[in-house]
Amino acid sequence: MTARVSATPCPGGPLLLRGVEEVETADGTVHSVDRPVVALCRCERSQRLPWCDGTHRALARGARRTAGDVAPA
Amino acid sequence: MVIPPARGPLTASLFAALVDGTPLAHTDLLTRLDGDGVLSDDDLQLALWVCYALHYESVDGVPDDREWDLDVLAFRQALEERFLAALHDLAAEVVDDWAHREGDVGDRLFALTDSVEGPSLSRHLHRHGDVVQLRELLAHRSAYNLRESDPQALALPRLDGPAKVALAELLFDEFGAGRPERLHSTLFAEAMVAAGLDPRYGGLLDRLPGTTLAITNAMNLFHLRRSLLPASLGHFGAFEATSSEPSRRLAAAARRLDLPPAVAAYFDEHVEADAVHEQLMFRAVCAPVAASGPDAETGVFFGAAACLLLEARAGQALLDAWTSGESSLLPAADDEQLAS
Repeated sequence: MTARVSATPCPGGPLLLRGVEEVETADGTVHSVDRPVVALCRCERSQRLPWCDGTHRALARGARRTAGDVAPA
Repeated sequence: MVIPPARGPLTASLFAALVDGTPLAHTDLLTRLDGDGVLSDDDLQLALWVCYALHYESVDGVPDDREWDLDVLAFRQALEERFLAALHDLAAEVVDDWAHREGDVGDRLFALTDSVEGPSLSRHLHRHGDVVQLRELLAHRSAYNLRESDPQALALPRLDGPAKVALAELLFDEFGAGRPERLHSTLFAEAMVAAGLDPRYGGLLDRLPGTTLAITNAMNLFHLRRSLLPASLGHFGAFEATSSEPSRRLAAAARRLDLPPAVAAYFDEHVEADAVHEQLMFRAVCAPVAASGPDAETGVFFGAAACLLLEARAGQALLDAWTSGESSLLPAADDEQLAS
């Protein structure tokens, strides 16, 4: 494995991290990483923080419903 | 695997051809089948499923060379033509809504996925479902998950550049990320055993209806044909993009119902894994392939729409059965219960 670490932001979604061994959150907890790519939550509503669990899409769906804009333009 | 009992003229003819080399006269058999019914036909979908299984492993009593028997391939192709036509009819409206529009392909694929309102099996099981229903869900999913990501691996040699690298990265994760005990197909088999189900490939085939088998058959149809590569990738993307949230609810359901930990563990693994995989598939694999030409873009959206609409039909059949207090599985031939 290379030691290279990269971060790829997904529009409206998580930050993909490659090559990291652990992620330390603000409370000092260290989360070890055991897969090649992980998705870091950016909406802060995930139930699996710090990892993305797809909640951002449920939030966006709710927002679209509220705006009455479900069908494509 | 063991060949299941035939359930109609198509499977009867196919199984006889596979075992004894009896000539396959498919033209007469197919006249009764057309249109929408193809998508849920128990006989046709089982025949297709077994045709595809020949490419993955030995079938008891069937010579291995039958995999490339020209009569069997011609039979399969005749079934596939009808299946593919029905899938195009099913998906046409959704494809028209989302392909070739303004905006980023990845964004539109996510929007398409969120626009198809399927019945939520995971919501039902999370709140109300019982152990029998969760076990039935595992039984239905065994048509694919005992070979999780095997069909999708066939796309790898047909890609190049960044899309190939992204798919390889995803598949490495699906195939255990270097740890055999983390193979997703193995985790699924362990969940089945923990739930008291037969974990052998094809072991529950005789209980699975056409609507369920159609999901795996669409994957194999798309992945085995190079001309359908864009559809195979769109299908995989939509499959991954409808996994993370439901898996979270199914893991919770398994814990609420006190099933052994291997069941929740399987779904837990897919919450975080598929939140990554959906991004990789839609943005790093599907988007560059769609950018290669208008037909490729149509194909990607077709595959995604076909996946979601087939899942919706299959899911509705399960919910309808459960709402009526019935089993979603076909009756067992010998009155055996699902429990092993």
